[in-house]
Amino acid sequence: MKRHQYRPDALIEVLHTAQELFGHLEPELLLDIAHSLRLPPSQVYGVATFYHFFSLEPKGAHTGVVCMGTACYVKGAAQLLSALEQKAGIQAGETTADRQFSLMTARCLGACGIAPAVVFDDQLEGHQTADTVCDRLHACLSATE
Amino acid sequence: MTIPVSNPPPKPCRIRCCTVGGCLSANGLAVKQQLETAVTAAGLDDQVTVSGVGCMGLCSQGPLVQTDPAGDLYAKVTPEQAAQIVARIGSGEQGTGNREQGTGNGENLKLRAQDLELSPSPTALSPTLPFFTRQHRIVLENSGLIDPERIEDYIAARGYEALHQSLRDMQPAAVIDVITRSGLRGRGGAGYPTGLKWATVAKMPPGQKYVVCNADEGDPGAYMDRSVLESDPHRVLEGMAIAAYAVGANQGYIYVRGEYPLAISHLQTAIRQAKRHGLLGSQIFDSPFDFRVDLRMGAGAFVCGEETALMASIEGKRGMPRPRPPYPAESGLWGCPTLINNVETFANIAPIIRNGADWFAAIGTAHSKGTKVFSLTGNVQNAGLIEVPMGITLSAIVEAMGQGAPDGAQVKAVQTGGPSGGCVPAVAFDTPVDYESLKELGSIMGSGGMIVMDEHTRMIEVAQFFMEFCMDESCGKCIPCRAGTVQLYQLLTKFKSHQATPADLEQLETLCDMVKHTSLCGLGQAAPNPVLSTLRYFRNEYLAAMVPASHHAQA
Repeated sequence: MKRHQYRPDALIEVLHTAQELFGHLEPELLLDIAHSLRLPPSQVYGVATFYHFFSLEPKGAHTGVVCMGTACYVKGAAQLLSALEQKAGIQAGETTADRQFSLMTARCLGACGIAPAVVFDDQLEGHQTADTVCDRLHACLSATE
Repeated sequence: MTIPVSNPPPKPCRIRCCTVGGCLSANGLAVKQQLETAVTAAGLDDQVTVSGVGCMGLCSQGPLVQTDPAGDLYAKVTPEQAAQIVARIGSGEQGTGNREQGTGNGENLKLRAQDLELSPSPTALSPTLPFFTRQHRIVLENSGLIDPERIEDYIAARGYEALHQSLRDMQPAAVIDVITRSGLRGRGGAGYPTGLKWATVAKMPPGQKYVVCNADEGDPGAYMDRSVLESDPHRVLEGMAIAAYAVGANQGYIYVRGEYPLAISHLQTAIRQAKRHGLLGSQIFDSPFDFRVDLRMGAGAFVCGEETALMASIEGKRGMPRPRPPYPAESGLWGCPTLINNVETFANIAPIIRNGADWFAAIGTAHSKGTKVFSLTGNVQNAGLIEVPMGITLSAIVEAMGQGAPDGAQVKAVQTGGPSGGCVPAVAFDTPVDYESLKELGSIMGSGGMIVMDEHTRMIEVAQFFMEFCMDESCGKCIPCRAGTVQLYQLLTKFKSHQATPADLEQLETLCDMVKHTSLCGLGQAAPNPVLSTLRYFRNEYLAAMVPASHHAQA
């Protein structure tokens, strides 16, 4: 996995790959990366926490990302988010206690032409309303039961 | 030019289906597959090609499908409608242009009516919509026409011709001269003259130099770069290669947002293909010029769009800006002279070299040459991507091309430039769109986000929304930005909940001024812009949000 390059400047690339493989970045994993790239662990930790993309906590089995970009915001993304928060009983950035669902927000997905946009399990969907997202959440959760 | 490509003989008809961005998430891929199946089923395999192409612009109406040579454009196509579109080609019912006005074609019209009863017939859009006719496509000239994953398509559209021309006929100084004379300015937002930047890097002593493409399109509500990278990635690579030749660099980096997986994948494909065809790598076109390009993925930090932070991030560090000077042109990546330009800037290079500086300089206004791509979004009927000549008025964009707000609402303002920009009120819509005019209005050109807001939008909430964004994205290095944005946010919250006093208003203005003038990088310096511009044009909303004076008297 790190064979792309052992160069220290590839740190962000390595973290991307690691997160793809393991879902999130555990402290031991970060230490391991620091050793392999010959970087101080503080720098690896610093980089991993600086960027929003990296997560040190495990995510739920399903994820929902509400785009909070300006175009989506103007089109009512805040209402979508609060609808989902109510339905799932968690706040944005949290995971349900049963580890089934993580609710997140994104800065902008670049899907502004079809705002408001929501991503469920890596599937981008545009022109959403509070009802459609709640239905989608329901479908998402019942799929695993 | 001799680039060995193997293109199959062209078929008489072609169906182009958008398979990037918004259309992709609106099921564009399934539409394309159904079109292919339908073509085979109709036995038209030797007549019709189906290609997945890049963005055609009108993203809110996706998935879009266009047929050649007729040029019929269908909107909101469902996979079920694929067979009908193919049937129209098969029956020769096409090329009548705007069929809505077509007379003496009763047979076909009847057929359409039947379609309507069976299933919703594919909606054909009129090619005379101002949304299309008012555009002037340079950066997007190939978008929606070529398959972004086939280098052959790009080469057939005169791709890499400009690179060949530069390497064969022009000295690096001559290339820079053309770019300088064209008047091209940086499309990332600040509008620094591109030729001047190139000349600065070229003047640095020979040695290791870098060319960096800033594709960290962080402004929420803007997706021009994403679309260019997804629809026409080779154009950016060609621009970078020409730049590298001009400034004497042999290594390039493209820094892409991690949020754009499709753009990353198309770029990877493009780099691989260009290498295989000898258009990147060693001795390009048998000249002594070498150039390699690597991709670097961002990881979700808005501040990395700032050039010094971006370079820190490429080096694998926390993306924090540093004071300038030294500018990247003198000391950039790993201390070497580095040329940083935005995606759209690089995308303009090849056409300028091909058509000449005078051609480009003839488009646009006195100080802002050429065209600009905008993503027109928000409360507007025709949301999508447009490329217009500089100097077009805002009303032409919003009212004519965008056709105003949906549901008959009044357009109140347009927000340009993302969190660093401002809101332009509807009364100022006669302003021409160029770097200087927008600045005078208290906004900026920015990278090209244009978010339309209707009468239901509350400006204080908009200001607070952007302040929350800046507060979250502040890297924390300098205090005015780190602490100032938090204070501003809290003040705005007070206004929002009708608890502000006149003293708060005064403090809001003082603090905006302070953050603006003392922050280290562009993020902090521009963070108060949304507040300042809404204060300037919508002050009454702030005043109305204050605690009524009588309450003070009682208190």
